[in-house]
Amino acid sequence: MGNPNVGKSVVFSRLTGAHVITSNFPGTTVDYSQGTMCLAEERVYIIDAPGTYSLSPTNPAEEVSLRILNEADLVVNVIDATNLERNLILTLELLSRNIPLIVALNLWDEAAHTGIEIDVTHLEQVLGVPVIPTVAVTGEGIADLASYFIQDVPVPVQKNYDDEEKWVMIGQITRAVQTITHRHHTLRDRISDITIKPLTGIPIALLVLLVLLWAVIFMGEMCIRYITDPLFALYLPVITQLSDFIGPGIIHQIFIGELVHGEIDFEQSMGILTTGLYVPFGLVLPYVIVFYIFAAVLEDSGYLPRLATLTDTFFHRVGMHGYGIVPVFLGLGCNVPGILATRVLETRKQRFIAATLIAIAIPCMAKTAMIFGALGQFGLWYVLLVIAVLVIVYISVGVILSRIIPGECPEIFLEIPPYRTPRFTMVLKKTGMRLVAFIAEAVPYLFLGVFFVNILYATGFLAWLGAILAPLIVGWLGLPEEASAALLTGFLRKDLAIGMLLPLGLTAQQMVIAVTTLTMYFPCAGAFAVLYRELGLSGMIQSVLIMATTAFFVGGIMRFILIGI
Amino acid sequence: MVVSVMDLEEGKTAKIVEILGGCGVQNQLRSIGILEGKDIAVVTHHPFKGPVVVMVDGKMISLGRGLACRIMVDLTW
Repeated sequence: MGNPNVGKSVVFSRLTGAHVITSNFPGTTVDYSQGTMCLAEERVYIIDAPGTYSLSPTNPAEEVSLRILNEADLVVNVIDATNLERNLILTLELLSRNIPLIVALNLWDEAAHTGIEIDVTHLEQVLGVPVIPTVAVTGEGIADLASYFIQDVPVPVQKNYDDEEKWVMIGQITRAVQTITHRHHTLRDRISDITIKPLTGIPIALLVLLVLLWAVIFMGEMCIRYITDPLFALYLPVITQLSDFIGPGIIHQIFIGELVHGEIDFEQSMGILTTGLYVPFGLVLPYVIVFYIFAAVLEDSGYLPRLATLTDTFFHRVGMHGYGIVPVFLGLGCNVPGILATRVLETRKQRFIAATLIAIAIPCMAKTAMIFGALGQFGLWYVLLVIAVLVIVYISVGVILSRIIPGECPEIFLEIPPYRTPRFTMVLKKTGMRLVAFIAEAVPYLFLGVFFVNILYATGFLAWLGAILAPLIVGWLGLPEEASAALLTGFLRKDLAIGMLLPLGLTAQQMVIAVTTLTMYFPCAGAFAVLYRELGLSGMIQSVLIMATTAFFVGGIMRFILIGI
Repeated sequence: MVVSVMDLEEGKTAKIVEILGGCGVQNQLRSIGILEGKDIAVVTHHPFKGPVVVMVDGKMISLGRGLACRIMVDLTW
């Protein structure tokens, strides 16, 4: 256990060899992970707890920590050597808990680097528990730490202090064991300064985001052109033979789909083995890979908390605070981790707003790829129009929700870590883990979705439902009747739905309306599942109602503006 | 003269003399290292009611206005 952003997860992964995500910003671990290690033929179970400043929890992640603490036989308190005073408050609280305790003095190298010296033996004496200096990212001190797991660590002498006494005590301890030598202003400090002051920081932030967007689109396209498309070109003859072998019928309909001009078309055939494979792996994955690489670099460098500070003014207006940028940022990759990340926000109100807004107005890479795919032919202006509408929706729905939902909106309260150079292996590892999670989350739902839709289509249910909803689609949104099937498909897979709109020959205006409505009105199956997990049934239903209403309301307004009555 | 951190100019340092508010707020601020007797420097004020970035013990911290105006500092020091 320990304060946020002190490297608990790194220590954990060093001990267990487990792969966990670590970042240079607080709140990466929102749930606990469990691992085991073998020591002298004994199996030790180790749990990585979310960061907490004290044992009186203020958010769900901290509550998780407290629950874990109550079940532990031995606690490793990871503390940040560069920030001894602040970290000791939790240590003192843990000392009063009657549980054997070891202190890992992490970021030992960084402390030495910034001119902080700590007298470890003296600290051990005052605290009455073992203290081990560690550098978790390199593994220094970890073996030493682990050796304590099989020894009998004595239960510390229980000392109960009231709040005042604790602070006096901490002051004394820090003065006794820590010497700080003054350090000079470095280049890092200067970069840190200019990236956080509004006058220079905001242009830099915009530049960073633009470069990120450009890089993702450009490099993603490169990946598609030179890697995934050639691969699928090799796959085409195989699947064509299979198609001939199966012959027409319902099985063919489900696995291969429709033939376009007598041939398989990966974008339009809609079979599980054709479009079902091509969309996630051929079209979406390249963008997701590039996005996650850049996201990992930004995270590990420590830029995100600065971005949170710069955007706080904005997020405060929509009922959140600067932390709100983290779920939005992750949501741009895939909404599922984005919605999970809303746990960094303190109150239920804030989490509800954040999750709902992500599901409505933050297009994931799949949606972004499809927005570009569907509208690119009409010109970049239409893409920008969709993005502008999404931004307006994000702000207005946010402002409305923050007014009508009861509950508190705590303010930003965030430590900004020093810049650290991202480690290449760490970035790759993190990207790899996120990709695996993305494939595990998205692909099964996709197959299930395509399978389900194909059955509905084959049985004629979709046509029937489409006919019922047609007045709404035709009358209110100004789209042709055939588009209703596409919009229905969007309940399960929006990216596929946009693919279905392409052959309908819509005008640019109609396409913009259809794409915007589809992007907003319902999350994909994966996001739907996390919404239920995070908000509960009633929260999810409310959230979905808000989405559907907003989507059709905005779609209708756009119709009247773009097409007229 | 005692004022809140909100009124402290950018780049200026002062000593924290008091933290206003209940136990919850006090402990919240203290747990991150903002406590009486510490020197606090303002790195920047964000416009339009944005947050205040301060420096305490070489650590940079972003604070909302509501929190910042509870931190009272002595300017004459």
